[in-house]
Amino acid sequence: MQARCARLKTIRLLGDPVDDYEFEADADQDDSSDVEEFYDDDEDGIPCFYDDVVEHILAVYNEYFGGMDDDDIRSGGDPKEFSLISGERRFKSTLHFQIKGSIWSSEPWTIPMAKPLVLHLLLLLICGSALLSSGSVIHPISDAHRSAATELFVPAADGSFGSLEETFEALRAFQILGVDRTGAKFEGTCKTVSEKLSSPTSTTKDLYHALKITGILGCRTESIEFDGITSRLQAAVKDASSLLELYYSLGGLLSVKEQGKDVILSDADGTFQAIKALSQSDGRWRYDKDSTGSSTFAAGIALEALASVVSLAGSDIDQSKIAVVRKDITKLFDRIKRYGDGTLYFDEKNVDPDQYKGPLATSASITSGVTAFAAVSSEKLNIGGEKILGLAKFFLSIGIPGTAKDFFYQINSLASLENNRISIPLVLSLPATVLSLTSKDQLKVEVTTVFGSRAPPLAVSLLKVLTPDSKEVTSFEKKELEYDPENRIHFLDLSPLKIDVGKYSLIFKVSVNDPEGSDIYATGDQIIVTAFFTGFIKVDKAEIAVSDSDATSESVQKLDLSKDSLISLSANHLQKMRLSLQLTTPLGHSFKPHQMVVKLRHESKVEHLFVPETSSRQYKLVLNFLGLVEKFYYLSGRYEIELAVGDAVMENSFLRSIGSIELDLPEAPEKAAKPPAQPVDPLSRFGPKEEISHIFRAPEKRPPQELSLGFMGLTLLPLLAFLIGLLRIGVNFKGFPTSAVPAMFATLFHGGIGAVLLLYVLFWLKLDLFTTLKALGFLGVFLLFVGHRTLSYLASTSVKQKTA
Amino acid sequence: MAKPTNDAQLLIQSLRKAYAATPTNLKIIDLYVVYAVATALIQVGYMAIVGSFPFNSFLSGVLSCVGTAVLAVCLRIQVNKDNKEFKDLPPERAFADFILCNLVLHLVIMNFLG
Repeated sequence: MQARCARLKTIRLLGDPVDDYEFEADADQDDSSDVEEFYDDDEDGIPCFYDDVVEHILAVYNEYFGGMDDDDIRSGGDPKEFSLISGERRFKSTLHFQIKGSIWSSEPWTIPMAKPLVLHLLLLLICGSALLSSGSVIHPISDAHRSAATELFVPAADGSFGSLEETFEALRAFQILGVDRTGAKFEGTCKTVSEKLSSPTSTTKDLYHALKITGILGCRTESIEFDGITSRLQAAVKDASSLLELYYSLGGLLSVKEQGKDVILSDADGTFQAIKALSQSDGRWRYDKDSTGSSTFAAGIALEALASVVSLAGSDIDQSKIAVVRKDITKLFDRIKRYGDGTLYFDEKNVDPDQYKGPLATSASITSGVTAFAAVSSEKLNIGGEKILGLAKFFLSIGIPGTAKDFFYQINSLASLENNRISIPLVLSLPATVLSLTSKDQLKVEVTTVFGSRAPPLAVSLLKVLTPDSKEVTSFEKKELEYDPENRIHFLDLSPLKIDVGKYSLIFKVSVNDPEGSDIYATGDQIIVTAFFTGFIKVDKAEIAVSDSDATSESVQKLDLSKDSLISLSANHLQKMRLSLQLTTPLGHSFKPHQMVVKLRHESKVEHLFVPETSSRQYKLVLNFLGLVEKFYYLSGRYEIELAVGDAVMENSFLRSIGSIELDLPEAPEKAAKPPAQPVDPLSRFGPKEEISHIFRAPEKRPPQELSLGFMGLTLLPLLAFLIGLLRIGVNFKGFPTSAVPAMFATLFHGGIGAVLLLYVLFWLKLDLFTTLKALGFLGVFLLFVGHRTLSYLASTSVKQKTA
Repeated sequence: MAKPTNDAQLLIQSLRKAYAATPTNLKIIDLYVVYAVATALIQVGYMAIVGSFPFNSFLSGVLSCVGTAVLAVCLRIQVNKDNKEFKDLPPERAFADFILCNLVLHLVIMNFLG
């Protein structure tokens, strides 16, 4: 679904940074604010336009005060009511939110000083706009809706659409739109539903939805025990403590009655009274006796419940009570809100965030409730047809909703409006809003009910034609459109009207032929539709010339922009180039396009854009190369010239290459700016690079193994020589102690040294340093002890020998 | 000429006789030093042939020989009874130092051997 969020076009700060902000929002860039732009895409109850505002506020406040983040903003019940939670902040602010075409404003607010409190940004509602905002395009429900329904409501394999409520909504939407509801899948639904009906654990809400589904699908009802269900529902009505309970049980009973069974509502008066007791003086309703907050959504539910009571009870209800409810409805409709173009809707204020349902749900609830009540009330409700039309416009202006719930709300409400007893809205729509003067299009208008069905005989007249700045086209007089009964279209020939190309607001008036019809049907007062009249714009007297700076000689070349010929010129930096042309509308007036640009592109892809100026009837661009030398980065060479002329109402907008000009510019001085870097082929810069293959270090050449082993043997030779030399010297072990204990110590000493050496060998072979050091520690201590004993013994013996 | 060789021979013989008079333990130490230096020379010769690729190994091998020779020389100085400087040092103490220093040297050498 196309995004409908209005994204902020500009945010301007008027004055002090913490004070005034002005915002403009225009989502579809059509220079007008439409109803769609206030829509809530992510259904959080806040029009998404506000998310941008809040973000911006946060950013600005953070810049000045720091420390705020997303958690510091919370939306209140009213979507236009935000709370800023912060610590002690001291500032005062006035916020203006302006949407082009309507004005939002806020009251000035101050923060209570030393209390960390919830701060409220209060925004008042849109005031009735003084500016005439062009009407939004409304179309009645069409086949596009039908196909969207089949896409949105996708049944699971067993025929259900999720919960019972969702299944009911899907089937009801299919029923209204005439989508096929037969098939094996829905047999399964019938079965699940009848199981639910017979199960004793189902709630009244489940029973309600199940009964409704049975009615819609036409399920076989023999297996369903209606008596049991009826008595359960009747008990629920008696014991009900909340509005929703009453609603579901009464709705269930009504559904049973519609399926042909006899249902008696005992104490209809009491039930009526119970529901009425929950109403508030301002027309809203509470959900149950204990809750303090009232809501408009609940009012819709209550009205539907009251209507069910009246249908079930027949003539038992006191008519004066019904009259009181009629007054309540009138008060309720005082709370209706409006957009500038006559669209009306209901919304909630001062409701808990989790109770908040959004304008679509609230308006849908009220619409169902009021139309249901109007159907059972003998006297007509005192609501103007204009309000009903406004509601119908609101639902239609949503277009095709994106979610299943929204779709159900929209379709259900429009179905109740289609045949309601208050007044049936008729919508005027244009199948085509872009009309071409060249192909002599006719202005075609359709007036139908909201579902596209036939309207009664009526007359459509075009009252006024307004230009975008709200001036009337004086040459136009009120005209009535002719009727084509075959295609059921009202049409008007445009050529005799002599209206030039452009964007216009057409003001229509619809009046039903039958004088009583104005009571039954609501057509609205003035209907405003935006239309584009397009045409072929003649391009005249196109010339390009190169002249000297003192304008003495000129070499003019005529351009024929309809052909593809290219011209070539040459100039140096002392000369000027002039391009001029005239644009004329089909009616002969001079035309000002939205876009006219001349582009000069150098061979090195550096581009420069120029906009011709307009004067009286001509567009002229004069390029004085002397002044442009720096702008062109001193690049001499061939420049391609391209001309682009475009407008929304111009059928022959074009981008054409005119030719080329050889420019001879002086050399760039050293400090001149370099031309900007041109975009590089992204793949070459960001694409995969060449693979690098790592070259490992070639291993060193090792000597042959035999040589190494040989030298190892050679190294051991000196050891042998040492041992032999020792023997030759006459080494002996006489000094080795003979007595037991010293001998033991001596052995241990030598053993210890040997152990340490063995440890070193192990260290070299496989141990790591830490284990070695640990072992060495132990051995070392041992060796010290033993060695000390041994050596001191030896020392004492040698001393004894000396002295002896 | 016979005389210079005679002189050399006489010199060598007198050196031999004098050397024969040194005590046995000093001779043992001298022999040990010669052994260590010979081993070092063989290692240097090997490196000269095959190149010094695992240079750390070469160094560790040579330095272990040289180190132990140096320590033995220190032991000899300390143990020599004719040395007035170390008169009061018991030879066992010197020997214990010798053993300890050797063990430390060889630990480092083993680590560096790689």
